Amino acid sequence: MTDVVFDHVTKVYPGPALAVEDLSLEVGDGEFLILVGPSGCGKTTALRMVAGLEKISDGTISVGDQVINDVPPKDRDIAMVFQNYALYPHMTVEKNLGFALRQRKTPKVELDQRVHSMAELLGLEELMKRRPGQLSGGQRQRVAMGRALVREPKVFLLDEPLSNLDAKLRVQMRAELKRLHQRLEITTIYVTHDQVEAMTLGDRIAVMSAGRLQQLGAPQDVYDHPANVFVAGFIGSPPMNLLQGVVRDGHVEAGDLTFARAGLQGGEVVVGIRPEGLRPVGEADPGPGLAVKVDVVEPLGDEVLVHGSVAARDAGVQIEPEEATLLVQTSDRAAMTVRLEPTMRPSEGSTLHLHVDPKTVHLFDASTGAAI
Amino acid sequence: MSLKHDVRATGAILPTRRTDDLRGEIGMVEKPRGRWLPFSPWHFVLMPAAIIMLVPLLWVVVTSLETLAQTQHFPPILWPGSFQWSNYPRAWSSVPFGTWFLNTIIVTVAVVISNLLFCSLAAYGFARIRFFGKTVAYFFLLATLMIPIQVVLIPTFLIVKQMHLIDTLGALIVPNLANVFGIFLLTQFFRTLPIELEEAARIDGASRLKVLFRIVLPLSLPALATLAVIQFLWTWNDFLWPLVTIFNDSHFTLQLGLMNFQGSHVNDTNLLMAGNVMSMLPMLILFIAAQRYFVRGIATQGLKG
Repeated sequence: MTDVVFDHVTKVYPGPALAVEDLSLEVGDGEFLILVGPSGCGKTTALRMVAGLEKISDGTISVGDQVINDVPPKDRDIAMVFQNYALYPHMTVEKNLGFALRQRKTPKVELDQRVHSMAELLGLEELMKRRPGQLSGGQRQRVAMGRALVREPKVFLLDEPLSNLDAKLRVQMRAELKRLHQRLEITTIYVTHDQVEAMTLGDRIAVMSAGRLQQLGAPQDVYDHPANVFVAGFIGSPPMNLLQGVVRDGHVEAGDLTFARAGLQGGEVVVGIRPEGLRPVGEADPGPGLAVKVDVVEPLGDEVLVHGSVAARDAGVQIEPEEATLLVQTSDRAAMTVRLEPTMRPSEGSTLHLHVDPKTVHLFDASTGAAI
Repeated sequence: MSLKHDVRATGAILPTRRTDDLRGEIGMVEKPRGRWLPFSPWHFVLMPAAIIMLVPLLWVVVTSLETLAQTQHFPPILWPGSFQWSNYPRAWSSVPFGTWFLNTIIVTVAVVISNLLFCSLAAYGFARIRFFGKTVAYFFLLATLMIPIQVVLIPTFLIVKQMHLIDTLGALIVPNLANVFGIFLLTQFFRTLPIELEEAARIDGASRLKVLFRIVLPLSLPALATLAVIQFLWTWNDFLWPLVTIFNDSHFTLQLGLMNFQGSHVNDTNLLMAGNVMSMLPMLILFIAAQRYFVRGIATQGLKG
């Protein structure tokens, strides 16, 4: 069993600056966990604490049954891929791949055999005698992964490994990573700010913001049931539309949208609508709707994104600063993004009447940001 | 975006220079230069300066090939006509030149190697390890650079005397095993190395010392070569400290020994210069051999490009 357990882990940098606050989280044996969040949210710090590159200020991290707070990095049997790869520039690919095994005094025959089978797995055989300076970005990335995986670590850590690759290579490496994990079944923690990687790669994702864990769950669950306004605005591309609203007499009102929702107390709320939760009003499609004034149309081939605005009400909602940026709203208009079928092409400046299925609308408490 | 614009943005149609001419100039902005000269006009300043720098050296070589009478002639004779090559074997055999040469090599090699080792260890500590009082210790260490050697000459002499090293080669080696300048130079260089490389090595199972010897030092060859050359120069040319601590001429270094040609009763300038030329040769060779290390480091090649 090589599960990784964060137990009330806190990291305070001298300053003092709180990087990670009371993080409790369990990564199962062989699981692929994604730590996702905006930059500065503490995800990389959390990863570096597992690797032993940062001291843990409070709480414990265990790998398997062992608390590793005071175990030096070299004895943790953890491998890590760095954002900039950190390949040893003065060593050939072969030497880079074998470095960790040589540190462990692996017999020469076994070392050669493992290095070469890893090179074969990642398609690096032709490059064994080259130095990192002579490799392309994608090749360096592969060497970095090979170097980490060759010693079959208990835990595999990746710190935004794909962020330096171009878009095409990133998609390719993403699939390769997933295949690799299915084959090797090593407990993996993967840090990213890219929520496409978060959605596609992980068994579960942990959304972090401002040093705190916001939500932990399967990607689809997090997408379908965001725990709070932050997660709602962060997961999903384009992000969820958020409107200030109010609950009155069992009805939710937000701008010109009104629908009934049972069992709600009156008060201020934030209304969240996914871009795909809006459909053009058909003939037999009465019910609650929104009038979107179209500003920009982005045809993407398989879909059309419409950026526009809707009528809104200024409820004077007080929201924490980090979440305030999610609500792009002036006194009477709020930004709204809509995802449409590729055949639709509304003209810019026109008004689009859209139907909203009340069942797909997310409601959040305006004062706490938590989902209702 | 038009195709034409595209091409220009990639620099593919730069008119006069091929792309491989631009290697090593990335990030440099060079003003376009008129082509009325095949070289920069600065050469008109640099060339006379270079000649002025070379004159003393040439004079040493010329004097070493003159007769004693020619060296004492005024105005100086700059072209002796016939060269006295025999000055060299005479200088070598009239004094224990071979012994002094050997002594100097022993002292210099020992000091250079120990400096590379000890300065690296100290510098790595200052550059990368967190410990109590580091900033203060580093400050005081650097402050000692401001103290002239004349001030510490006598205390150092007394310490060396207590160690019973006076009039031995040990007196020349032990006080110079490490020096502050070397620690400073390497600390600053180590700080410029990407820390991820060291973190990666530590995760890969390397201890601090292994990180230093397997990762940091191989990437610091330019700085180590610089330190080695500077230390070689200092030790090879040191005169004052050997003069104070060495009395027996079997323990002389070259610089001390060369004094033998220039005393109150003898003044064999031509032999002195022949000895000088011979003592300079190893340094010239070293400079030519180590020159490439000054040009460019390789430390950043493993990172994203």
